[in-house]
Amino acid sequence: MKKRVVITGLGVVAPNGVGVADFTNALKQGKSGITFHQDLKDLNFSCQIGGIPQISKDKISVYFTDLQLRGFNSSGILYGCMAGIDAWKDAGFDMNPESKLDYDTGLIFGTGTSGVEKFREAIYSLDEGNVRRLGSTVVLQTMASGVSAYLSGMLGLGNQVTTNSSACTTGTEALLMGYDRIINGKTKRMLVGSCSDHGPYIWGGFDAMRVMTYKHNENPEEGSRPMSATATGFVPGSGAGAMVIESLDSALERGAKIYAEVLGGEINSGGQRQGGTLTAPNPEAVQRCIEKAIENSGITSNQVQVINGHLTATSKDSLEIENWSKALNRTGNDFPYINSTKSMIGHCLAAAGAIECVASVIQLKEQFVAPNINCSDLHPEIESTVKPDKIPTKAIDVNFDVLAKASFGFGDVNACVVFRKFIKIS
Amino acid sequence: MTKDELIPKLKTIIAPYIQDEEAFKNLTEETDFVNDLKINSANLVDIILDIEDEFDIRLENEDMEKMLDVKSAMDIINAKLER
Repeated sequence: MKKRVVITGLGVVAPNGVGVADFTNALKQGKSGITFHQDLKDLNFSCQIGGIPQISKDKISVYFTDLQLRGFNSSGILYGCMAGIDAWKDAGFDMNPESKLDYDTGLIFGTGTSGVEKFREAIYSLDEGNVRRLGSTVVLQTMASGVSAYLSGMLGLGNQVTTNSSACTTGTEALLMGYDRIINGKTKRMLVGSCSDHGPYIWGGFDAMRVMTYKHNENPEEGSRPMSATATGFVPGSGAGAMVIESLDSALERGAKIYAEVLGGEINSGGQRQGGTLTAPNPEAVQRCIEKAIENSGITSNQVQVINGHLTATSKDSLEIENWSKALNRTGNDFPYINSTKSMIGHCLAAAGAIECVASVIQLKEQFVAPNINCSDLHPEIESTVKPDKIPTKAIDVNFDVLAKASFGFGDVNACVVFRKFIKIS
Repeated sequence: MTKDELIPKLKTIIAPYIQDEEAFKNLTEETDFVNDLKINSANLVDIILDIEDEFDIRLENEDMEKMLDVKSAMDIINAKLER
């Protein structure tokens, strides 16, 4: 029989809440983490709003030593390490520099790009002929696997330690890659997640593509409007999410608290065929990804009660709803509850999948569906497929067992995971 | 610069990088940066940069290779300062 895999630790650094407790409250209250940023305005960005986690210097020094913080300028690594350490401790482990090397835990922590501000700093110095004065940490902070390198050393992890990168699918993909490794008996536990830097240098390329909204600079909290008729593009975000996943045997053996079970999932690509491009999804592949995820989870599509969508607040939201509807073969009042965490935190890019997986697990554990805070004017194309009640604008308490979460990314890549409320006997 | 002048300055510079407090407290001319103070060898380049800033000198790759303990660091700094 296939091994069962459960989630035993969560960590999150999100624009509307840092730490699982704050983030849970924010999700229940529909709290927005989107604010106006003067630096974006000064740099002539069309979109001058974004989501940045609020973290004090004191808080940072709980996670990093003074030496680690010398010349440190990588917000993604900061967020990733904080979320990763929190998840690790939440799972009942400690962080001790003298700990015995743990060969039974691996790490897959994804990102899109690392330390973009550090990279900028280095390039300026280098172009002035000062390569010899860059210092010792430019490589560590700007290599894609920087976050994994920092985190694995802080925790002493001895199984596979790596970084994946698949645009906005990254975090969900990291979870499923870790899941596969446990299922295949290569390890007992994996710390999985993803992170993304904040700021103009990471967001600028999207602004240039005109895919971010420019209509809400005066009212930032209303800017991220997934599924809304007046959605005009996404709001950029940043942060990190992390989960400790492990075999059920391992979790039971050490008496760990169990948040939920990972039933299964699917990762695929649309190959930029049949309507898919570098930036748009191939609908057939998206539907197949969802269908296979359900099949691999050993359930049927009518068992899905809640969906946490990718839903970024671009013109592709209607297409995503259509894809879910076709893949599940459900419409109208029969359609599951669906929400987009992005209405509160924006699109956290490479961190999106992990933060939203954490949000999904919290909703499942606490039995509520978080609100779509800016969706009072549901898009008519979506309304023709889904009964508006299924797209709550206020948090609602719902007893449910199964949640499906999907993430889609540039490059036409897809990932879908199915979580179930933990029940000891299968 | 005399030993008594130089050692306190050096101690301030290397303090953030040391991993052995005891060895640091008992620092002498003979103290080795990596073996005694357990400084991560990657951080030696950061120490070189901090020394350059403090004394307004420039240290070459050859200097850095020789700068393994307190005594060699002092010798090299003094040689540069005399120039």
